[in-house]
Amino acid sequence: MTHNIEIAFLSVYIFLLAVILGLELVRRVSPLLHTPLMSLTNAISAISVVGGILIAGEKDVRTLPQILGLVAVTAAMLNIVAGFMITDRMLKMFRRDTSKGGKR
Amino acid sequence: MGGFMQSFWMYAYFVAAFATVFSIKWLSHPSTARRGVIAGEIGFTLAIIGTFLRVEVSPSHYVSILIAIAIGAMIGAPMAKLMPMTSVPQFTALSHAFGALAAALVGTAEYYLTDAPPHGFTIVALIVEVLLGFLTFTASLMAFGKLQGLVPSPPITYKGQNFVNLTFLACGVVLGIWPMIATAPIWVFPAFTVIALIFGVMFILPIGGGDMPTVIALLNSFAGASACAMGFTLGNHLLIIAGALNAASGFILSVIMCKAMNRSFANVLFGAFGQAKEKSGVKGEAKPVHSASAEDAAMMMLNSQKVIIVPGYGMAVAQAQHKVRELADQLIKRGIDVQFAIHPVAGRMPGHMNVLLAEADISYDRLHEMEDINPDFAETDVALVIGANDVVNPAARHDKTSPIYGMPILDVDKAKHVMVIKRSMNTGFAGIENELYHDDKTLMLFGDAKGMVADIVKEIGAQSPMSS
Repeated sequence: MTHNIEIAFLSVYIFLLAVILGLELVRRVSPLLHTPLMSLTNAISAISVVGGILIAGEKDVRTLPQILGLVAVTAAMLNIVAGFMITDRMLKMFRRDTSKGGKR
Repeated sequence: MGGFMQSFWMYAYFVAAFATVFSIKWLSHPSTARRGVIAGEIGFTLAIIGTFLRVEVSPSHYVSILIAIAIGAMIGAPMAKLMPMTSVPQFTALSHAFGALAAALVGTAEYYLTDAPPHGFTIVALIVEVLLGFLTFTASLMAFGKLQGLVPSPPITYKGQNFVNLTFLACGVVLGIWPMIATAPIWVFPAFTVIALIFGVMFILPIGGGDMPTVIALLNSFAGASACAMGFTLGNHLLIIAGALNAASGFILSVIMCKAMNRSFANVLFGAFGQAKEKSGVKGEAKPVHSASAEDAAMMMLNSQKVIIVPGYGMAVAQAQHKVRELADQLIKRGIDVQFAIHPVAGRMPGHMNVLLAEADISYDRLHEMEDINPDFAETDVALVIGANDVVNPAARHDKTSPIYGMPILDVDKAKHVMVIKRSMNTGFAGIENELYHDDKTLMLFGDAKGMVADIVKEIGAQSPMSS
């Protein structure tokens, strides 16, 4: 029992550290890139693909969870591919005009 | 070697977690941003391969999982390739819907995995996962509908709306807590998911188009939180880290958006902005407006040294960004300093204007945040407002009765001359009279943003024989 509590606590530690890290990292992102940031983090939220694979891959999985898991894998995968590709497409457009120069 | 293969996923997850962190870190600046995308892609490839090779995944299911992966990738890739850049907000909302759906379905699958539903700490995390997942799914679809024009964009309100919503929420909470403390009857979990789905719709109904930047960021946060909760149910640290990063990111963006409108979360979510409509603007200012032609505007800009362009949602709707680039090019060629001032909530999602202007090939050195460029307006000859309204309304600074009082604005009125391209004198999203339009130094250029800018470009070309 104490072992379980330790594991749960470890997860909570990791969670809190990741939240703090996330807040610090995102605060530093230039407002210029807020839209690409949203589409990138959107792709990252589809990390749930891992859960989908684990459920759908379980040895003697029942039909209902298997189907739900497979649909989840498809939806998450769509999200991952589209999210990364669109982020890259947007970032390619951000370009600095070195010849004419900006303000500062 | 077999030992390594069996524990491969641990190394893969380890690298994937750090790749995810660095992917966000590198996104902070345009010069490293694309490296961030590559880091993210490597992380996710490793996470998927690693998971696939785990002993928990039975080889008998390899084919079905690979097919599911292939279908998702085959739909996602053309979506991202073919989407016009002007649809970025709707597209983002749509992909939130898919990510959230995935999390919710995994949660549901976990619940039905065995005869005995999970208990203890796991069921708490699972309920949170399913609630946020399904709620975000329908809410994102609604947001998509509003942005795409399938659902009316103004707030949809009715009497007792907050009461109905709170009742629904209370039912959801009761049905959600039930499986945590006792063995619930079989109907409880399905009823809970249905309530989560309906609540997502009701949550978006009273929210107007202008509040979309906050709401989209918040939905992003929810999708991440849902994945994070899944990490707790599965004891999977990679999910916890990636989900938490995502939740934190969406949260801080929505806070930034709220601050940029000087409003609280509660006000955005439950305040249905338009209701303040009646009060303000009753002053019945009969002050005239000065209307001008494209030719006047062209002359004035040619006689200036510094022009600041302020784009708003109207520019996106008219898809005028390429014409705006032509205008900027013409002026720059003639030695006029042209800069762009971008309000944090201009458009329908955080950073919306920057993406459109970047698409039109405008150097990001010329795109400036509100705080950075506001001091420059005083020494600016012409401030050209294209399809923006509330974000340049000086009433926000001094009129305590105005619904937007206190909202930080672009100090366009400090410029020597102001030009506003606008379809008509209709009030903006907040339904507030804009005194800027009645200012003596303001010229109103009535017309479609794209057509008007094109006319100005033509006039500039004709008016100026002097070579560059």
